[in-house]
Amino acid sequence: MRVVLRNPKRELDVPAPRNVGHLLRDLEIVAESVIVIRNDTLATNDERLSDDDVVEIRPVTSGGAS
Amino acid sequence: MKCGRCRAPAVIEVRRHNAGYCRECFVRHCREQVRRAIDHFHMIEPGERVLVAVSGGKDSLGLWQLLRDLGYDADGLYLGLGIGQYSDTSGRHVRDFAAERDWTLLEIDLVAEYGFDVQDGSLAAKRAPCSACGMSKRHIFNEAATRHGYDVLATGHNLDDEAAVLLGNVLRWETELLGRQHPVLPAAPGFARKVKPLIRLGERELAAYCVLTNIDYIVEECPMAGGNRHLGYKNTLNEIEERSPGTKAAFVFGFLERAHERFMVEIGDARDQLRPCAVCGAPTPADVCAFCRMRARAVGEPLGVRSVS
Repeated sequence: MRVVLRNPKRELDVPAPRNVGHLLRDLEIVAESVIVIRNDTLATNDERLSDDDVVEIRPVTSGGAS
Repeated sequence: MKCGRCRAPAVIEVRRHNAGYCRECFVRHCREQVRRAIDHFHMIEPGERVLVAVSGGKDSLGLWQLLRDLGYDADGLYLGLGIGQYSDTSGRHVRDFAAERDWTLLEIDLVAEYGFDVQDGSLAAKRAPCSACGMSKRHIFNEAATRHGYDVLATGHNLDDEAAVLLGNVLRWETELLGRQHPVLPAAPGFARKVKPLIRLGERELAAYCVLTNIDYIVEECPMAGGNRHLGYKNTLNEIEERSPGTKAAFVFGFLERAHERFMVEIGDARDQLRPCAVCGAPTPADVCAFCRMRARAVGEPLGVRSVS
């Protein structure tokens, strides 16, 4: 499956793990710090993945101190 | 996962609430959280005019949409900061958002209006870029709100922002800043009321809200924010939140309910001791406000050259 990462934007090809939660764990990404988008909508951690999927992992942490 | 409210398939889980939501119930949840924050902290009274500071990011555009959906008379204010391609892109997101909805957007350009950009200000004031940027925003947003007759200035600070600032203030025992840390700063002569209606929503919820309501926000991070201390605090808090959901909310709201008042004595009567800045007229404890001092150094002018427009 294809994984799109942001900031900077880049792509990875990885074997599909069982679900979104496993994907985040495999990539050592803290789930609280991202949203996961598949087919233009959000995907929860228990959603199953297949090798045909394209998934964007979008960070949500932003902003400086003001 | 099913939506905890209607049992339709969920699109997002919010572990802090131990709940999953479908699209419709999640949008309703976001509106409810903003409604509760506004009501609980008496942020906006019926009929008041609101100016929303918008950057093109998820929080400020989401806030503008949520306030409008809740029926508030809310216009937008965009400040171009002169951060190269990043500012070009963020400005485009804001303008497109406002134009699609036919909502009023005020625009101020830091370079055109004041003669310097964030990088210039940072070097001139010997401050980190985020500090120079924050000071410029606070000054210009307040000036615009008072000049254009808005009752309230609303910013997109969310639960994660407040938790990170609180952690920073506690780690260094910044007692005066702890006294000032509140989702409402009341109006005073020369100051519009400032409110943070997103304090009950995390930034993950704001990102999800924008995706689910088709708000096209700038995803790229500001190139000057890299290594920012508060981003580090956010990452640390997210690791704690992952292991113990609800920690960030308990930290912020526990502080507001049980500790904030104890630090208010640190503020004292500081606001009563302010006088008009000799250059711009904004309230300041010094002869010339910090923003005008930074601007004068950045553009190489002696203090007092720029008259109040």
